[in-house]
Amino acid sequence: MEFKNPQEELERFRSRLGVAGGFVLFCFALLFMRFVWLQIIQHDYYQTRAEDNRISLVPIVPNRGLILDRNGLVLARNYSAYTLEITPSKIPDLEKSIDGLAAIIDIQPKDRKRFRKLLEESRNFESLPIRTRLTDEEVAKFIAHRYRFPGVDIKARLFRQYPGGAFASHMLGYIGRVTDRDLEKIEAKDLEANYRGTEHFGKTGLEQHYEFDLHGNTGFEQVEVDAGGRAVRTLARTAPLAGNNLTLTVDAELQRIAEQAFGDRKGALVAIEPATGGILALVAVPNYDPNLFVDGIDTQNWKELNESPDKPMVNRALNGTYPPGSTFKPFMALGALTIGKRRPEQLISDPGFYNFGGHVFRDDKKGGHGMVDMYKSIVQSCDTYYYMLANDMGIDNISAFMGQLGLGSRTGIDIDGESEGVLPSQEWKRKHFRKPEQQKWFAGETISIGIGQGYNAYTPIQLAHATAILANNGVVFRPHLVKFITDTRSGKQILIEPKPTRTLTLKPEHIEVIRNAMVGVNKEGTGARAFAGAEYVSGGKTGTAQVYSLKGAEYKAGGVKKELRDHALFIAFAPADNPRIALAVLVENGGFGAQAAAPIARQVLDYYLLGKRPKAPAQPDEAAVEEDDE
Amino acid sequence: MNRGINLAMIRDLPQRLIAPLDPSLMLIAGLLLLMSIGVMGSASPERLNSQLINVAVALVVMRALAQVPPQRLMHLAVPVYLIGLLLLIAVALFGDVSKGARRWLNLGFMRAQPSELMKIAVPLLLAWFFQKREAMPRLSDYGVAALLLVLPVALIARQPDLGTAVLVLAAGFYVIFFAGLSWKILIGMAVSALAAAPLVWTLLHDYQRSRIITLFDPEQDPLGKGFHIIQSTIAIGSGGILGKGWRAGTQAQLEFIPERHTDFIFAVFSEEFGLIGNLVLLVLYALLIGRGLMIAANAATLFSRLLAGAVTLIFFTYAFVNMGMVSGILPVVGVPLPLISYGGTALVTLFIGIGILMSIHGHRMLVQK
Repeated sequence: MEFKNPQEELERFRSRLGVAGGFVLFCFALLFMRFVWLQIIQHDYYQTRAEDNRISLVPIVPNRGLILDRNGLVLARNYSAYTLEITPSKIPDLEKSIDGLAAIIDIQPKDRKRFRKLLEESRNFESLPIRTRLTDEEVAKFIAHRYRFPGVDIKARLFRQYPGGAFASHMLGYIGRVTDRDLEKIEAKDLEANYRGTEHFGKTGLEQHYEFDLHGNTGFEQVEVDAGGRAVRTLARTAPLAGNNLTLTVDAELQRIAEQAFGDRKGALVAIEPATGGILALVAVPNYDPNLFVDGIDTQNWKELNESPDKPMVNRALNGTYPPGSTFKPFMALGALTIGKRRPEQLISDPGFYNFGGHVFRDDKKGGHGMVDMYKSIVQSCDTYYYMLANDMGIDNISAFMGQLGLGSRTGIDIDGESEGVLPSQEWKRKHFRKPEQQKWFAGETISIGIGQGYNAYTPIQLAHATAILANNGVVFRPHLVKFITDTRSGKQILIEPKPTRTLTLKPEHIEVIRNAMVGVNKEGTGARAFAGAEYVSGGKTGTAQVYSLKGAEYKAGGVKKELRDHALFIAFAPADNPRIALAVLVENGGFGAQAAAPIARQVLDYYLLGKRPKAPAQPDEAAVEEDDE
Repeated sequence: MNRGINLAMIRDLPQRLIAPLDPSLMLIAGLLLLMSIGVMGSASPERLNSQLINVAVALVVMRALAQVPPQRLMHLAVPVYLIGLLLLIAVALFGDVSKGARRWLNLGFMRAQPSELMKIAVPLLLAWFFQKREAMPRLSDYGVAALLLVLPVALIARQPDLGTAVLVLAAGFYVIFFAGLSWKILIGMAVSALAAAPLVWTLLHDYQRSRIITLFDPEQDPLGKGFHIIQSTIAIGSGGILGKGWRAGTQAQLEFIPERHTDFIFAVFSEEFGLIGNLVLLVLYALLIGRGLMIAANAATLFSRLLAGAVTLIFFTYAFVNMGMVSGILPVVGVPLPLISYGGTALVTLFIGIGILMSIHGHRMLVQK
């Protein structure tokens, strides 16, 4: 065993103390170098980061632009209200918190349902409303209990309101909470910064199409915040700029009268100012209350709207496609004149049917109309005339001409998602059908195209558009709803320029023939009963679109289930010499056009031209059945 | 007469009370405590009163220990170590879980954290152990010492309380180092530890690796574990040379710094007092450590020397690990800033250390006498 030498041992110990002391100084020097690095060399960087931490840009959402009718009547506006909002990411047990809240503030099962739906759709870290439109008393109550509910807050928010309720809803559309798909649109426009804090986005109608005009510029407030994100004080503020207002070409009163004229029937009406393409009324009934969507619709209302057999969510004016029936005939006649297949005075003999290759196409009038010229063919709506004409023109000539009138293609109205409809042609058939034997066009199929049946399927706005082109002597304007946009910053009105998109090469004398015949319809033909005693001269054409194919049997309105009854159509323009309005009316399952659709058109024209208000919705004219021999 | 004696006793009381206290240690610790109170007034004024009570208790404990002779401490070494070890085992078996770790033992009347005791008990025992080996310690003695050290460290580490485990391990290691473990072995250990690191890395689970990566690169996880360290480096860096001024640190006052009265109090201090403040703090710690090492160098017995050296370096470990982690050069383990952070337990432990140093200093001449 080695014995220790105390002195040597002490020396060694002291040298180790020295090593330790040196190590301590070395480590402290390292720390000091780190501090120099952070506090001198990197100081500016960390200074900036500390400021970024401290200062938060809080977006101030701008007021959404208003939507006004042509006379300045407000159709969509904003109001401020308190909402009770929950930030789900800050709350461990949502149900318990909501139960707790329900004890002090009225929270209905439908509020919970709506909240759950929002929760499913929400992005993270968002606060979601559990109740909107709190009363002052509820606000006070909650504030007294606020400490018990971390992650729950009261916020003052602007809400969209459609004062007319369901009025004009398919045109106005609605806004709803921003979804991922909306975000993609915002990103595509590179507007993420301007949409910070924005919670709503136009979903349908004008609200959707003009979203980026209506939104406005987001303001920002520089606030000092603590780590919890609570604002401590405001440092600077950039005010938001409200969205631009939309002033429509639509006359709200006309729209109201048109909507009411339908009563509780389903259908659509589109009225256009022929000289500009400005839409005067765009009716699709039944409609729905867009206010339901603003705070997020609850599941029950959503289900009701979506599952209703009346399909109130479908914008029939733009997305309903219907065979035009006899309203097609004036356009057929115009086409025949233009390509020289008929002269106005040329007579055909109508025995009451048309035989094509052994197949008999019947005219509605037994025994036929006798000798028929073009005027008579339109006034009396003679089918045989158009069976023959269709055969003479051929499908390609028909589709080429109707295509020029805008049938079978989108009109370009300022509402998204318009349907195309079907303009039948050989090419269409080739593309539309898959089996080779179905892709071939049969000459026999052309015959019923001539009276607006067969594959023909157009939207009411296309029919109104075509009528407006006729009323405007072939000069085509894009149908549009917005007359001008008022720039909030400058107060300037940005006119939606009513520039003609194209002019059809139609001969004035040909147009005159057709318009004259349509005036005849309302004077002595199928529209005469509806327009009896009118203090203006109008042109029109009735139409009836088959929903149900009657294999040879006589059609009797009463004998068929309502959903299978024919659709009633009517197109019109007035005054005849210089039309200020052109329209198309469709009444689903309304029966004959003269019976159901023409009286609606009469009410609309009476108001627009004379300011005459109807006393009641347009009554179906049962007596018109006998005379309407379509 | 009686009266006179009493008067004299009363007159001499302050003198007798402060007699065992080392003035320089007292001065340095006092300055650090003043700084602590200052920072606490900014970081967490509502805790100032209770920290003052902690300080008072710690000073009383220090004063009591300052006059306990080292020999008495030596007798306590084994029982204290054994009690500590038993308590650690008890914690592992019946301890209370708090914040995901099992550290506390509920004794009915109070909750105790036995791992804290081991910070002093381990160097005490190891110093006793080497004192008992009269001869030059052999390799096997170091082996036994290592075992005595690793046992409590392992129990603490699996609570888990990495911070305390590191401190206890360091404290024990210092004793072994001062006892004269040869450089060859020390360097061999360091080399083999470095060599084993990649092997250990391959054995880790993915989540363990990602945790380690976060420790070294906090920006990888800016909202989770990395948040603390990112915010504290921002606080330090934005403090600059002169600091933002007392109670004017935005990172501190707006609560971006987490745990700002305990483990991260250095970030508050550094933001408000800048590089100058940091330098003052480093100098005070260096002086405290220097004084401690001087006391160790002049201590009477091997036991006293080893104990004084180890206790002194405990202060270094605390200070270096804490400032290193808060400034982002060391991984985050729960170690407070010595004498500055809020909390009674660590404060009492540290003042026990200072009391022991004072006692060793006060009794340095005993053998000669």
